[in-house]
Amino acid sequence: MNIPEDLRYTKTHEWVRVEDGRAYVGITDFAQEHLGDIVYVELPEVGSEVEAGDAFCSVESVKAASDVYSPVSGKVIEVNGSLEDEPELLNEDPYENWIAVIEMSDPGEVDALLDAESYAKHCEEEEEEMA
Amino acid sequence: MKKTPLYEKHISLGGRIVDFLGWALPVQYSGIVDEHLAVRNAAGLFDVSHMGEIEVKGKEALNFINYIVTNDVSRLVPGKIMYSPMCYEHGGVVDDILIYMHDESNLLLVVNAGNKDKDYQWILDKSKDFDVNVLDMSDSYAQIALQGPKAEGILQKLTDIPLGDLKFYAFKDEVLVDGVKVLLSRTGYTGEDGFELYLSPSDAVHVWDKLLEAGKEEGLLPAGLGARDTLRFEASLPLYGQELSEEITPLEAGLGFFVKLDKEDFIGKSSLLEQKEKGLKRKIVGLEMIEKGVPRHGYEVRSQGKAIGTITSGSFAPYLEKYLALALLDIDFTEVGQEVYVDIRGRDRLAEVVETPFYKRRYKR
Repeated sequence: MNIPEDLRYTKTHEWVRVEDGRAYVGITDFAQEHLGDIVYVELPEVGSEVEAGDAFCSVESVKAASDVYSPVSGKVIEVNGSLEDEPELLNEDPYENWIAVIEMSDPGEVDALLDAESYAKHCEEEEEEMA
Repeated sequence: MKKTPLYEKHISLGGRIVDFLGWALPVQYSGIVDEHLAVRNAAGLFDVSHMGEIEVKGKEALNFINYIVTNDVSRLVPGKIMYSPMCYEHGGVVDDILIYMHDESNLLLVVNAGNKDKDYQWILDKSKDFDVNVLDMSDSYAQIALQGPKAEGILQKLTDIPLGDLKFYAFKDEVLVDGVKVLLSRTGYTGEDGFELYLSPSDAVHVWDKLLEAGKEEGLLPAGLGARDTLRFEASLPLYGQELSEEITPLEAGLGFFVKLDKEDFIGKSSLLEQKEKGLKRKIVGLEMIEKGVPRHGYEVRSQGKAIGTITSGSFAPYLEKYLALALLDIDFTEVGQEVYVDIRGRDRLAEVVETPFYKRRYKR
């Protein structure tokens, strides 16, 4: 499973990449692997305000719909429109294909997120629980 | 969880095991969409050993079955198979089943796994006044489904009987497949041509391996329950518990062709006759989403803010690449072209009633 070193993570399997106070948000390799074929992405609305931990959009696989939780608070300033027609991009490369960009209201929140090592451990624990 | 004889195979093939009605079965191997497309374009191999098999034997076997199902079994001939709903007195459905006729006094019923115990008890209870023996033989059968346009070519490598002669909904007993005796049936639940092999549990692994090997060049993939569901859905084949249930009659489910109201008495006849004469108040139709979204079982369907029915099955259809649903709707909203809204996770999304089947079957007639 791919867990890039330079990203931060949530326990709910979102990743964050920070560039100039903006948070690029997507779902992790673990998430896409467990969801299976993603067939629909419900993008958040550009301009909407989100709180860290809010279910702010959703991804749907053949079998189920799953909420995506915002790792940080702020305003959605951009969404990845290509996911509307090609939701499978999230399966193909979940880290290249971010879902939304959030202008953070409290950049300090990123520090509270998991680093790659802690997230890898969290995934292992979840795998064990599912087994 | 109960395990089929192929459980270890599923593990070694990377199958993702889930609890399906008490059975440990793979929901997918390489991926639902991948497996779905393999069945449409080449072939897929399914473990369907969880299905139930009930034998009905005795002098009155054929007459008895004709009394408990809605289709006309008197038209069945040895070596042929008939699909039929089996109803309660009130017209709701106990199960939908396949009836295999060896001869008039020896028939095999293949029933849904989740209904098997209920069906067996129901059939046993109803058999009291008939000279028949009803036996639950489910543990004696493993079942493997080989489905897809390449199915015949793949299976032909392993058997001498000319498969081209075996028509859709026909079967042959004691066919040798790589030396193993199977009951070979040209049936399936995918909307494709294909076969279902009933065999001894102890032979299942051998035949499974041989089939996978024989189909390698043709693109045969092992396929799980996920693809089985999307394939049957795309072909608009009903699933018990969704399109059919104790509360939904076969007429409402659009299975009127399999309800022979002109045959002699059968369980549910008077209720179904009455429903037909009075006219249906609701029925199952196909929906295609005009506004994108994945409709799913249980979602409400609305028109002008008013509830007019529910989604019975819904999915992204992998081959057609559309968001589709089957829905049980008030009869006033069932004309093709009718626009309705589906409440998808709190948002009303526009959909349109369309013709079914969504995917046109390509069977061997």
